[in-house]
Amino acid sequence: MAVIVEACSGTRRAAAYQYNWNIFFDSLFRPDPRIIQGLLLTLSIAITSQIIGVILGILGALGRLSRVRPVRWAANVYVWIFRGTPLLVQIMIIYYGLLNTGIWRWDDINVSGFVIQGAWMAGIAALGVNEGAYMTEIVRAGIISIDPGQMEAARSLGMTYGKAMRRIILPQAARVIVPPLGNEFNNMLKTTSLLVVISVPELFVIFSILNGNGPTSFHPFELFLACACWFLLLTTIWSFIQAWIERRLARGSPGAQAQGPSLSARLFGFRPPASDPSALGSR
Amino acid sequence: MVEIKEHLLDVVGAPEETTPVVVQAVAVRKSFGRVEVLRGVSLAVKRREVVLILGPSGSGKTTFLRCMNHLEKIDGGTMSVNGHLIGYRENKGKLIEDKESAIAKQRRDIGFVFQRFNLFPHKTALENVIEAPTQVRGENEDKAREVGLALLTRVGLAHKIDAYPAQLSGGQQQRVAIARALAMRPALMLFDEPTSALDPEMIGEVLAVMKELASEGMTMVVVSHEMGFAREAADRVVMMDDGQIIEEGTPEHFFEAPAHERTKAFLSKIL
Repeated sequence: MAVIVEACSGTRRAAAYQYNWNIFFDSLFRPDPRIIQGLLLTLSIAITSQIIGVILGILGALGRLSRVRPVRWAANVYVWIFRGTPLLVQIMIIYYGLLNTGIWRWDDINVSGFVIQGAWMAGIAALGVNEGAYMTEIVRAGIISIDPGQMEAARSLGMTYGKAMRRIILPQAARVIVPPLGNEFNNMLKTTSLLVVISVPELFVIFSILNGNGPTSFHPFELFLACACWFLLLTTIWSFIQAWIERRLARGSPGAQAQGPSLSARLFGFRPPASDPSALGSR
Repeated sequence: MVEIKEHLLDVVGAPEETTPVVVQAVAVRKSFGRVEVLRGVSLAVKRREVVLILGPSGSGKTTFLRCMNHLEKIDGGTMSVNGHLIGYRENKGKLIEDKESAIAKQRRDIGFVFQRFNLFPHKTALENVIEAPTQVRGENEDKAREVGLALLTRVGLAHKIDAYPAQLSGGQQQRVAIARALAMRPALMLFDEPTSALDPEMIGEVLAVMKELASEGMTMVVVSHEMGFAREAADRVVMMDDGQIIEEGTPEHFFEAPAHERTKAFLSKIL
């Protein structure tokens, strides 16, 4: 055993890694245009998929709460399947599976000179549908957290179920939904990198390409460190936006929920010290 | 306290001329699972009449009230409001539940005030009041605001129109809730224990608004134990027990000579 270990470490020592920190700094501060394109694609795919996810989530939640049994059943099956199977597998089925069987071709779309590739759309579809299953549960939890008296009050004023949902229940549920939704989008920004399996040139794929070709090849440490920094930038900016949205939604509800978690709590998971005097207990 | 001496109905608009009997319940039955909470309840409420429903908890009084705007389905008998079956239509002698939109339409004319107010917490007092007129009746927003402001003024909350429910006391919230119901110009107002979630010092301000409404000629059915309200404003008191009406009469009858043993026992506890 000892011999093998020694042999292995010996091999490693023989191919000593040559650090080139210029690659790291250039990737961040003088990025290759492909990196910026990859960044924009990551962002576009994440936003589009999340929007699809939210829409499917609202529909899914209403479906799961429906009084019509087949509707409820369909929504349950949707959540069951898309939460119960790996996203990576779903991506493969939705792109290659549908393509090769001829069930559905993801053709490129040309929007006034700008080509949206079929694989991008397949990626968005897969991420969006998968996200919709998770959002269904989040939205459902938000809706059932609202006092049933709100629905009764709305209906006693002559509102239909749909109008009461739209005007009264969902706006209140939104406050409950937004914090977990923020987490979902944070995840989504990073999960786009799974689209490497269908060669969507988002941020991670670009760095993989840079690692494999040209002057920056075989510098995975510096490159992927830079790649991580780019993702960190995206998620950090998002956490600021999320904090702003939560503050806005908290308007009109003075008291406990007026303050969301602080930025440090948000970024690093710190818990603020108990400021509530009653939490100190009896002394 | 608030000045509410003006005529609420001037703002609200007098209810349309309809049949003299506003609520007509005939042998209404209702069960929750195996528990029969209404065992054939009949009651007629005439226009401009104020009826107070009394009864121990579990007697079915709140359920009966909720049947009057179809917040609860009924299992037997009929419930009509303004001369129309509420929540059901008759087809070859059988009752079939109405479509949701038809039920919603009927509810426009029936105001309901909840024990726990159920104001919309994401909307200000004025927004709560104008929500249904603009969204359900499709009224012009400026006009609805004008009417809403007048209604909130009449319940003594002109200075709170921009307050959110969480910024209001229980009594203030309940007065907003009454204004919200009135904004739909209902022909009938139903009150489900409107003061029982309130601190004692706030009960008076809500009852004052209700008495004012009663004196304006609003048809009202009130589930409450407020015998002071009964004495001053009610035309008739109904005592329910175990899913049935066991006694009814004028408020004086209940104060002076209740007949039923259950009624006597109950009144001795609440008076």
